[in-house]
Amino acid sequence: MTKEEANAPRAARFLVSGPPLLFLVVFFVVPSLIMILTSFRFPGEFGGLAPITAPAGAVDGEYGLTAEAYQFFFSDILYAEIFLKSFGVASATTLICLVMAYPLAVLIARSEKRFRNLMVLLVVLPFASNFLIRIYAWMIILGPESGLSHFINTILGAFGIAPVTLLFSPFAVLIGMVYVHLPFMVLPLYTNLEKHDPSLLDAAQDLGANGWQRFWRVTWPLSLPGVFSGSALVFIPVLGMFAVPDILGGTGDILIGNLIKDQFLGTRDWPFGSALSIMLTLAVLSVAGLATWFARSATGQRAA
Amino acid sequence: MALLEIRNVTRRFGSYTAVDNVSISVEAGEFFTLLGPSGCGKTTLLRMIAGFDLPDSGQILLDGRDMVGTPPEKRPVHTVFQTYALFPHMTVADNIAFPLRMAGKKTHEIQTRVADALDSVRLSNFGNRFPNELSGGQKQRVAFARGLVNRPRLLLLDEPLGALDAKLREEMQMELINLQKEVGVTFVFVTHAQNEALALSHRIAVMNRGNVEQIDEPSKIYGFPKNRFVADFIGKISMMNAQVLEAAPTHLRLDVGEVGEVTTAGKEGIKAGDKGTIAIRPEQILISHPSEARRLKNHFLGKVRDFLYVGDVTTYIVELPNGAFIEALLPNSAPGRAKFFEVGDQVSISWHHDAGIFLND
Repeated sequence: MTKEEANAPRAARFLVSGPPLLFLVVFFVVPSLIMILTSFRFPGEFGGLAPITAPAGAVDGEYGLTAEAYQFFFSDILYAEIFLKSFGVASATTLICLVMAYPLAVLIARSEKRFRNLMVLLVVLPFASNFLIRIYAWMIILGPESGLSHFINTILGAFGIAPVTLLFSPFAVLIGMVYVHLPFMVLPLYTNLEKHDPSLLDAAQDLGANGWQRFWRVTWPLSLPGVFSGSALVFIPVLGMFAVPDILGGTGDILIGNLIKDQFLGTRDWPFGSALSIMLTLAVLSVAGLATWFARSATGQRAA
Repeated sequence: MALLEIRNVTRRFGSYTAVDNVSISVEAGEFFTLLGPSGCGKTTLLRMIAGFDLPDSGQILLDGRDMVGTPPEKRPVHTVFQTYALFPHMTVADNIAFPLRMAGKKTHEIQTRVADALDSVRLSNFGNRFPNELSGGQKQRVAFARGLVNRPRLLLLDEPLGALDAKLREEMQMELINLQKEVGVTFVFVTHAQNEALALSHRIAVMNRGNVEQIDEPSKIYGFPKNRFVADFIGKISMMNAQVLEAAPTHLRLDVGEVGEVTTAGKEGIKAGDKGTIAIRPEQILISHPSEARRLKNHFLGKVRDFLYVGDVTTYIVELPNGAFIEALLPNSAPGRAKFFEVGDQVSISWHHDAGIFLND
């Protein structure tokens, strides 16, 4: 093989991977850098950003670079609380999704092959209708005049408990979050469980393991890679989600996503919004890093 | 009392009868083999002994106790699976400790017994490895150790050597015999490889289409097959249609088509006029030049039609005047020599009067 021939596949590889790479550089790396820069600038008087250098004839005003946005973030415990609450909601959503998705994924993985694709299709079918419409539908389901509300309040009333409002509550936010993200947990779990060798369960049973032991000692540890990827696919988007708390939550249910959105569309404090975004990214990265480390030590760092 | 007693067990899948009224009893300490072609029902029978499948009718008794209704995890029976089924997320030591943990043994007991088990399969230094870091033979030995560590009453082996290459397979056969002798656990071994069955077993049950054709010691199975199926399935054998001319207690005189008269060993229950098959093993046939023919009771002239050289021996396929083919085996006693006869050579074939066996229809 001549040198040109050897290089030909490499050129082809660049041709194939080049465009997506370029896309990510232009629309992910560059904006991220812009955002980092923005977080260290001053907000403009009427939104946007103040110029870095004072324009000619400017008498006062703030120009140049500053860490004010970050100081502001750490000066008020409120923001840390919202962060903490958001992580709480994300954790709860992830856990509920896991508990709900696992039996479903097991069911799909162990059913006859010809039904599996249909069942997977049914899991992703909700994506066919618009996300916002589905959330608004929950508004109706959880609304005070809905059958569900009437039903719950009738039962509560029978025990002499005052009626409750389902909508505009942390409960409604959690339901919405779980509803939206459940398929993201089911799919990776199913993909993992489907690959399990059924003879391992036979072997475990043969060697004296009862149903619970077979799950806990064989199925569960082998499914951990699926659990971790499913959890990441739920946890991270929930952290940034603002539509669900906006529509289903009350005034006290704002999460980081809402806070960031407000900085850009409401308060028009771009530097603070950028700083919040960066803090969120750092938090997510450290959680993901921690999870990876945990996953490695739990699965012994070997290909399952 | 037999350790394992299979009584009139039948198992159907739809209209297909996988196991048809099978009765087998296995003694304690025995190395018992279920041998048969694929689809003969041997694996179904094994799964029923393990408890993964239930008979439609009949009983499976272990130590005299009916096992139907006892789930696999409660039976004192362990299985070595064809694919080993080692837990990929556990170390070798944890794999072997698994049945002990499930049985609720104490930690220090588990440790000593796992160490002993590793020792018995010569894997003492491999306790911390994961299954994917082992060779095929090593995985196989871990599977044996895991199956034996909790001292089951019965160890079932489902074609455990099937995935190994020929050389390793022979080594593992030796090891398996020694291991069974050492631990004294009763083995029920399933295989379709007849040489493996002959080499390993105390007794063999030859199965065909859900039925047991013959249960016997390996040398009896090989030497005195009960019917054409067993004769044909185990080893090589030449068969010709024959009719009994004279039935004496010491010998049978047979009319074998145009070949002529053949004398064979006497057999009970045979009378003159019976029709059947005369079957002779290739190694029982003496092949020589017509000039140096041995004057044995049965001797015929034939022509070499083909031969198969396999190193230690060469099998010659000789055509008799009636068109029947007989296989004769000759050790290659001279080094570097693959054959003593050429295709087309006239040869004399002969065999002792008690070499062949008559199988009545």
